[in-house]
Amino acid sequence: MDNANQVDPAKSAELFILHDQVHEPMHDRFLWATMQRRDAEAAAIPEWEELREIASKIKEHTLTHLDHYLEAFEANATKRGAHVHWALDAAEHNEIVFSILKDHGVEEMIKSKSMLQEECQMTPFLQSRGIKVIESDLGERIQQLDGQPPSHIVFPAIHKTRKDVAELFARSVGTDPNNDDPHFLTEVMRNNARPRFLAAGAGMTGGNFAVAETGTFMVCTNEGNADIGASVPPLHIASIGIEKLVPRVEDLGVFLRLLSRSAEGTPLTQYSSHFTGPRKGGELHIVLVDNGRSRRLGMPDFWHSLKCIRCGACMNTCPVYRRSGGLAYGATYSGPIGVILDPTFDEFKYSELPFHSTLCGSCTDVCPVKIDISDQIFKWRRVMAKKGYLPLAKRLSFAVSGHVLGHPEEYHAMEKVAEPAIDYAPHFLLYNRSLNPWGRDRELPQIVKQTFREWYLANRS
Amino acid sequence: MSTFKFSREVILGTIRANVPKQQVEHPQIPVFQHPDRPLKSEFERRLQQAGGASHDVGTMAGAESKLMTLHPGAKVICSAVPEIAGTRRVEKVRDPHELADVDVGIVRARFGVAETGAIWLTQEDLVVDALAVLSQHLIVLLDPDQIVGDMHDAYRRVRLDETSYGCFMMGPSATADVEATLVHGAQGARSLNIFFLPPHSAPPAN
Amino acid sequence: MTTQSEATNHKTISKDMRIGLFIPCYIDMMFPEVGIATLQLLERLGLNVSYPLNQTCCGQPMSNSGDEVNSAPAEHLFVENFKEYDFIIGPAGSCVKQVRCHFDTIDQTDEVKHIRQHTYELVEFLHDILQVDSFPWAEFQHSVAIHNSCSSIRGLGIAKPSEIMGVPFDKTANLLSKVKGLVLVPVDRPDDCCGFGGTFCVTDEAVSARMGLEKAHDHLRHGAEYVVSPDMSCLMHQQGIARRVGLNLKYIHVAQVLNDGPF
Ligand code: SF4
Repeated sequence: MDNANQVDPAKSAELFILHDQVHEPMHDRFLWATMQRRDAEAAAIPEWEELREIASKIKEHTLTHLDHYLEAFEANATKRGAHVHWALDAAEHNEIVFSILKDHGVEEMIKSKSMLQEECQMTPFLQSRGIKVIESDLGERIQQLDGQPPSHIVFPAIHKTRKDVAELFARSVGTDPNNDDPHFLTEVMRNNARPRFLAAGAGMTGGNFAVAETGTFMVCTNEGNADIGASVPPLHIASIGIEKLVPRVEDLGVFLRLLSRSAEGTPLTQYSSHFTGPRKGGELHIVLVDNGRSRRLGMPDFWHSLKCIRCGACMNTCPVYRRSGGLAYGATYSGPIGVILDPTFDEFKYSELPFHSTLCGSCTDVCPVKIDISDQIFKWRRVMAKKGYLPLAKRLSFAVSGHVLGHPEEYHAMEKVAEPAIDYAPHFLLYNRSLNPWGRDRELPQIVKQTFREWYLANRS
Repeated sequence: MSTFKFSREVILGTIRANVPKQQVEHPQIPVFQHPDRPLKSEFERRLQQAGGASHDVGTMAGAESKLMTLHPGAKVICSAVPEIAGTRRVEKVRDPHELADVDVGIVRARFGVAETGAIWLTQEDLVVDALAVLSQHLIVLLDPDQIVGDMHDAYRRVRLDETSYGCFMMGPSATADVEATLVHGAQGARSLNIFFLPPHSAPPAN
Repeated sequence: MTTQSEATNHKTISKDMRIGLFIPCYIDMMFPEVGIATLQLLERLGLNVSYPLNQTCCGQPMSNSGDEVNSAPAEHLFVENFKEYDFIIGPAGSCVKQVRCHFDTIDQTDEVKHIRQHTYELVEFLHDILQVDSFPWAEFQHSVAIHNSCSSIRGLGIAKPSEIMGVPFDKTANLLSKVKGLVLVPVDRPDDCCGFGGTFCVTDEAVSARMGLEKAHDHLRHGAEYVVSPDMSCLMHQQGIARRVGLNLKYIHVAQVLNDGPF
């Protein structure tokens, strides 16, 4: 099997850790601190666990009636004057956006953060067709200037130090490379983005929630950049995944109480903005995007991942993500949610991701909409094993151990000739002994003279 | 306008074919009981955490003078409220680009939310939506009696079917995208000051 | 007919009950003292315990890697070995979780169902079923940091995960607090995974080692002399790391403390 386009998260994570003594510890520390704030905010709400349950049920209800709610949303949004488009996949989404921009003669567009637009690789597509695309979210802009995808769905540049950012800005916008004060760096980008907002012919946003009963969609940001993009240029285009629907306005109360607390440990994002139809004198286009979602709905083990509200809490709590950095996942979505979403786009390419987890289960417990993330990671491993995507070393050794461990005579015969015992002991230490990854950073357990079984035979039989 | 006329039917068809057989009911959202807490002080505490500030200005004159102390150098003050005249009336603005030079925007919020310190602003309050985000600084008048407890209460008050834009704004614009360091004034307003002031009964200034 | 054990203060238990001792493969071969401590402790508590000699492994390493084909023989053998017992007790959270949660790809016969329902991890068995309220024979004059494994916390509910809101509890701490002299030290990240993760510790060696090292420093920073866990597999990994970098920490199983040895 050709491994050329298979993502190797373990390898990339190792590079992130070994790179220096600064990046990985900082990354871990920031995300851990975010989790601490999340825990404190959640603890302040007596009904927290009840809210999670309600949110989960609202999403399950919506998804099991998704066709109905999409049609209602479309009808209500249209009634309010929005143009609603449907895109089967990323390519259609990009074509639709391009044709709207072209029809309006737009040459420059400013966008706020949208994971869906990342998923569709929209920016490179539009740029290849001559449209200038500017990211307005600071973290996204940093990543855009560095030619990298976001490494976290909420904090796109969380893997970078202030020094990295100062050097990047020095290269790209000509600021002082030695001034790495976050206030200064933020101000630089504010002043850099303002004229672009004013010059842009269109603003693009994503959508966190879409309300069927009113045709409203919501965007949550801290910077207010989505609001500028929606309120200044004459044209607003929003890309919304079909799973973002909720039935009623009152449902938003549940989700907004959970979203930012889970994401950042704050009661809300600074701006929770609701768009229902175009603004006075403006034009609004909504692109509803499938891109594999309707197919995922038919996967009994995995459709619950469609409940995701992209809060990123599972990433912040994930001990493996915190040490790996998001870029190690080589995909649009990283961390636990990425591990269960990415293989739905390309099973082979992302076949290693489900193994980049200790199955500790923290993601499942933190998820505000109660997605069984950890169980899904486990189930993806089964899918990968069935498809023959288990790493070769694992396949061979498990075939041998599977046989031996099912046959006690052989097992105990092996145990007896074991000298020292460690040579036969847990095969998970054994199967790759030539590389001895156990021993690179760890001592082996001390060798024992007598196994428990031998002791038992001598003392109790 | 879409060039992909059949996609809608394909998507809805795939959904209908794939929708999980086990249908789930929409759950009831209960009214959560909170201990009797003074809504105003809770609101103020949360607002402060979010980087905003609040002032009991008492009267319209108090509001004017507070405005002057907070923003002494402001050249363009664009007002959407009758209580404060400002240097530019938002009703006169024809295009949002005209707001690019606004130092201070002034608007009245319909209500605030104690749980979060957020205020609810709509297109009708702002007149021009961009006033909320292009102004370098924002001053928001709020009737202290118009503070609701939590976000559930808040959504019982909003009328999304009556406005094209509505925003729960919680403090000024912020980012933590450089080394997780909190910085205010990322893209939208650099500061947000709430003036507690019931709606005027006197004739509008100006 | 019931009998009181020498401890006299735990829940009475039927003498007829047959307790099957489940000693995971790595404990058998590398930490026999944990098996001995578990057996002696259960015997002290008046139970009728035996160790089925044909046992090998619960199939977890294969199963956790998604390989249900190769885990099935081990799972069938486990059922064969333990189907006669009223309770199956194992001093290893992750292996018990495997039996309880992941014996789901083999045929769900009555025997399999019985086994999945009656296999307990040692701490939860002592705490929930026996409700032992003292260990008069045990004394441990040391400061101890607890490491509850992720399988024990989030799989078996041995302690409240920090992500879930509600009243905190920790069954391991509860039992250990009944041991004379023992001082529990709090740590910064009590339920952050240590990075063992079964095959993960070798397939993702760099991340695993980094997690383990931070765990050890957390324990050391808070003045722990011993790290005590219901899961020896996590400790094997943590101990390997601490030894390599020369950190002065000792790692033992909770059964050894509650039984007062062997160490
Ligand atoms: S899976 Fe859950 S925790 Fe993770 S991003 Fe989605 S909603 Fe948040």
